[in-house]
Amino acid sequence: MSKKIREGLIKKILFIFGSVSILITISIFATLLSESLIFFQKVPILNFLFGTKWTPLFKPQNFGVLPLVAGTFLIVIFSSLISLPIGLLSAIYLSEYSHMKVRKIVKPFIEILAGIPSIVYGYFALTTITPIIRKFYPDTSIYNALSASIAVGIMTIPMVLSLSEDSMRAVPKSLREGAYALGLTKLEVVFGVVIPASFSGIVASFILAISRAIGETMIVALAAGATPKLTLNPLESIQTMTGFIVQISQGDVVQGTIEAHSLFAVAMLLFVITLTMNLLSKLIVNRFKEDY
Amino acid sequence: MSTKIKVRNLNFYYGEFKALMDINLDIKERQVTALIGPSGCGKSTFLRTLNRMNDLIEETKVKGEITLDGENIYSKKIEVEELRKRVGMVFQKPNPFPKSIYENIVYGPKRHGIKNKKKLDEIVEKSLRGAALWDEVYDRLHKSAWDLSGGQQQRLCIARAIAMEPEVILMDEPTSALDPIATSRIENLIDSLKKDYTIVIVTHSMQQAARISDNTAFFLMGELVEFDETSKIFTTPQDKRTEDYITGRFG
Repeated sequence: MSKKIREGLIKKILFIFGSVSILITISIFATLLSESLIFFQKVPILNFLFGTKWTPLFKPQNFGVLPLVAGTFLIVIFSSLISLPIGLLSAIYLSEYSHMKVRKIVKPFIEILAGIPSIVYGYFALTTITPIIRKFYPDTSIYNALSASIAVGIMTIPMVLSLSEDSMRAVPKSLREGAYALGLTKLEVVFGVVIPASFSGIVASFILAISRAIGETMIVALAAGATPKLTLNPLESIQTMTGFIVQISQGDVVQGTIEAHSLFAVAMLLFVITLTMNLLSKLIVNRFKEDY
Repeated sequence: MSTKIKVRNLNFYYGEFKALMDINLDIKERQVTALIGPSGCGKSTFLRTLNRMNDLIEETKVKGEITLDGENIYSKKIEVEELRKRVGMVFQKPNPFPKSIYENIVYGPKRHGIKNKKKLDEIVEKSLRGAALWDEVYDRLHKSAWDLSGGQQQRLCIARAIAMEPEVILMDEPTSALDPIATSRIENLIDSLKKDYTIVIVTHSMQQAARISDNTAFFLMGELVEFDETSKIFTTPQDKRTEDYITGRFG
């Protein structure tokens, strides 16, 4: 085989492999779209988006998705309250303040947290976090949003920490030295130079953690309950979008019914929300990016 | 000329490795002192002991004494931020902050408490004029400093250092990343800066040391081999090793 043919062949093979992931994405999107279109023929899209009752499994059936969105929103808010500050502050500590030896031990340790299966976190929430919460607030339901949020928060700490630490450490030494040479204190260098310069990486880590919280399924299915409720009280049992999808997928629902199709509509909404988050983060990052 | 910085029996360690051995040196006020020597000879390490930049590196140790106007800069009484305000630094690679030209210059003064907008404007103009950059950038002060050329960026870094009104300016091979034209502009600038500032410059280029400095220190393997007026170092070196180095036999 001549060199030219061989090179061309390799290029074609790599192209095929490269297109696989794109094709898969497109086909997933197509499935979601076609199935949810069937759903939207029966339920008007505005009723779906702005309805406040979600009772697909009872009569009368209501398909207002807001209670599920509120459930997901609760999880995102409370888990972010845990993961973003803890992740970012530990990243600052590890990248800027800790001794090199400490970082070498601590960082892999924290990254192990990311490898724990989420079902373990779910059980942890149900059997450990919830009883603790109930000690302080005895009226809390066994299944509640707060417990699940805390577990999701803990699970996403390593993501925030690892990515923001990487981006802070990527800030060139010369930039830090330039700031120190002007007589800035460590705190001023960290908050005036390092964080602005690594801002895009930090935002990316936040967005990733939030997206993960939106999409997290196992923990909320186990610990947050299955009661779609339009509430902002984290101590109540709720249901998230993903939680609903799990419930429907378990097989009690007959194929081809409107309940089954509602699953795709919810998944579609989930997809749109995550996509919007990603686009938003790109916008934010481009707006505030400091190149170096 | 009075002595600005006095170095006595200075030893410096990176962990177990001894990088500087018993350095004794007087740096004269409002003169240019050049530090020359082959790579790894300790000249940059020495420069960075003068504003305690080495404090930032873990597991380093300083023994001996460095005094600035008679005050030991490694004494506990000295605040390192105050010291660095008095002893400014310009680095090998231009390292402006990813901000506007204006912001780069007012960055230090602002952090040290100057908030008045008019005062800051004055500082910007004065520093940029001092660094011979004003005429090239006065109409785009709020554009990114990163859009400047390498030579302009380096002069901006010099302006940034001047803005702090330091007494001493340390320069760590400030022209090694620049083309010959930019280099010669910086050299001219150094010449004019020395009427106001004490300058210590590390350079790889012996020609540069000969062109711009009043005194030259030759370092070799952590030792200060010879220190004298530049004209003497380059015409009648006392040490055989200095002679070998400046005649290009090694390094």
